[in-house]
Amino acid sequence: MSATRDALVERCDALYHDVDLACVSEWRAQHDGARAIGYLPIWVPREIIDAAGMLPVGLLGGRGQIEIIRGDAWFQSYICQIPRSTIELALTGRLDAIDGFVFPSICDVIRNLSGMWRVLFPDKYTRYLDVPQNFDPAVGGRFFAEELAHLSDDLAALAGRHVSDDDLRRSIVRYNDNRRAIDALMALRAASPERAPAWECHLVLYAGCLLPVEEHTRLVRAYTADAAAATDRPPRDHARVVMVGSFCEQPPLALLKTLERAGCYVVWDDTGLGRRWPTGDVSLEGDPLSAISDAFIRHSPPTAATYQPEGDRGAPLVQLVKRARAEGVVFGAPSFCDPALLDQPMLQDALDKSHVPWTAFKYSESLGQFQVIREQAGTFADSIKLWGDA
Amino acid sequence: MTTPEVHSQKDRSMSLQKEMIADHFRTLTKAKELGRKVVYTFVPGNLTELLAAFDVLPVYPEINALQSGMRKKSGQYIAEAERLGHSEDVCTYVKCDIGMLKSGNFGPTGEKLPPPDLLLLSYTGCFTFMKWFELLKREYDCPVAMLHVPYQGDGRFTQGMRDYVVAQLRSEVIPKLEQITGKKLDEAKLEEALARSAIAEDDLVHVLEQAKRRPSPIDSYFGGVYYIGPMFTAFRGSQAAIDYYKTLRQEIDGRVLRGEGPITPEGVMKGGEKYRLVVEGPPNWTSFQEFWKMFYDEGAVVVASSYTRVGGVYDNGFRHDPKHPLETLAEYCAGCYTNLDLPTRIDMLSRWVRDYEADGLLVNSVKSCNSFSAGQLLILGEVEKRTGKPGGFIETDLVDPRYFSAANIKNRIESYLQMIEQKRKNPSRMVSTVAGPRALPVLQ
Repeated sequence: MSATRDALVERCDALYHDVDLACVSEWRAQHDGARAIGYLPIWVPREIIDAAGMLPVGLLGGRGQIEIIRGDAWFQSYICQIPRSTIELALTGRLDAIDGFVFPSICDVIRNLSGMWRVLFPDKYTRYLDVPQNFDPAVGGRFFAEELAHLSDDLAALAGRHVSDDDLRRSIVRYNDNRRAIDALMALRAASPERAPAWECHLVLYAGCLLPVEEHTRLVRAYTADAAAATDRPPRDHARVVMVGSFCEQPPLALLKTLERAGCYVVWDDTGLGRRWPTGDVSLEGDPLSAISDAFIRHSPPTAATYQPEGDRGAPLVQLVKRARAEGVVFGAPSFCDPALLDQPMLQDALDKSHVPWTAFKYSESLGQFQVIREQAGTFADSIKLWGDA
Repeated sequence: MTTPEVHSQKDRSMSLQKEMIADHFRTLTKAKELGRKVVYTFVPGNLTELLAAFDVLPVYPEINALQSGMRKKSGQYIAEAERLGHSEDVCTYVKCDIGMLKSGNFGPTGEKLPPPDLLLLSYTGCFTFMKWFELLKREYDCPVAMLHVPYQGDGRFTQGMRDYVVAQLRSEVIPKLEQITGKKLDEAKLEEALARSAIAEDDLVHVLEQAKRRPSPIDSYFGGVYYIGPMFTAFRGSQAAIDYYKTLRQEIDGRVLRGEGPITPEGVMKGGEKYRLVVEGPPNWTSFQEFWKMFYDEGAVVVASSYTRVGGVYDNGFRHDPKHPLETLAEYCAGCYTNLDLPTRIDMLSRWVRDYEADGLLVNSVKSCNSFSAGQLLILGEVEKRTGKPGGFIETDLVDPRYFSAANIKNRIESYLQMIEQKRKNPSRMVSTVAGPRALPVLQ
């Protein structure tokens, strides 16, 4: 047992369960009422929000912690959970601490939710952020830099202050540092998953949705250091798996625990992908907005929500499996998630061709029964251990 | 329940269109021997004039899917795709197309479709399009040209967005068309096609606007899908399209003079026009005629619909402009209905309810299409609030026959029309809930 690690995880767990965003209200009170800007999955350039002196707040749905009543009234049965819980949070006043909302391009549901937001909450700043699907820096890059400039101007106006290039560069430095800290944690997790279980990593990364970036970086580093030194978590004979499809609506925490209890070490997952985006540093050279745009164009992680102009769609996943020394892949996608579910046959085909075993299930953020998934994951882990190449 | 057999009666324009489409598919089957290149692309944001300038033949996978639906083949194609691992949760157009491909790629005429020389991914108004062509890309050994059309998230198509689309046309789409055809873009040919488009577009708008008359001489949803066919597919920019829309216009004007209502599969609608509706959302294709009959049997005429704007919105004055060929293509793409934000859609639907003197808005929510469906309950409530007219809500699917429950749908439509009757008798009383989140969709 490590008192430090337990205290850190406990703190992250409290943030995870802070559905009323009390921590955001506290931050605002401590910062003379500075504003907070909410953003939906997967990725928005938080540097731009931070540079305007605002707190970026990741909104990842209700995480199964709220009863959805009013949110359900706006959506048909065949639409995923996250827009329902997000509207429920807003209609029940739990997002009152948020002054503005950014809806990045990910799918048609989140896209249309941005329009619903403008109708339902006309007093709040709402912006749909279209990310380029053309990855030519002179074409998609130029377009995106302009879009980011509009966003930056809007936020500066909302904050009532000028945002200089140096403000942006300082924020870029902070987020580069944050991503490096997270990368180190991910490396530890891949090397020694028993020391940094998936559910703990999920909580630690989730804390980055709510905490100011420097505070989160310190927290990640403290957790990583303590987990790396852990002597109370001996490795077990678990199967090493990668989990994909959970980049938007998040799986319940209990689902991640269930996978590990069933014998799967989740050595990589895409639940916190937005906080690891882009891969690598944003450049500090030249115009900072162009640098953020360029990082998106050149260093976006492969994901179902972005177009892949060249190569096989499944190739990056196969490479990831090799890099993470994973023995199998778990497809865990939310029900009715167009990006994840439309992607899945292409990824599965690539895995089959590379003889990587996989299993698949669907969930919703409000899922409460895990027995079937536990049995499925346990059988999957057993099959890898009994009949795998390893 | 079995579908009653209907011997369809058709206007001259409908027969003409059928001939045009059949001819197009015949040409497609001979593409190789004719030395014509084939480009697969989508209806919303299609670049038909540009393709014509290169003399290539377009194939629209959504059209194949809806044709498969109407010909009762989509069920088996969807089952085939699901057997191959495609989720039951996702778009049935995609699964129908994949299933058709895996079953030999025989098109609506029963003849094998040629493989594409280019996949032109016009990513306009629908996220699924992107994944659809990523899936097709694995099946064909051909290049892909991606055209990303930004969504009008705050109801505007900015200069930056326009420049972005034009830059992609110049750097991505045109070079790839030049590459597969081995010829340079003939700008004069493109401009001529765009000029022809504008002529036909005038006639289409004239036809759609005749629904403002009483009785409406057209049904702008079920009949409308025939009227938009040539404009939204392979024929925009052609002389054939001009001729078709001229014929159609004359036909509709004739019907106006005779005071006739819309043509239905059973002839001119009997019993007269009792209800005038605006419909939001695509139709169901697997039971298209049965669905239509539920309306005309009750004297319900659709006077305006969002689906007839999915391949281009022309009501607000947009016309293809030959003087600015690439810019006008960009503007066209961005203006397609599902590329518009929800407040703009609400404005548009509310305006149609008023301008077309409709009795209300009926939403046909299709399971397959989140681009339309996500937010429709909010749209319904907002249009009710703004117009004071009651809204109705039904659920079907595009081409999955498992999601067409005829008895339920008929019941809901009848209930909705009764609601309209009640509203007429008590105009001051709003029948359905209109403000805030409703406990249940209107007719569930």
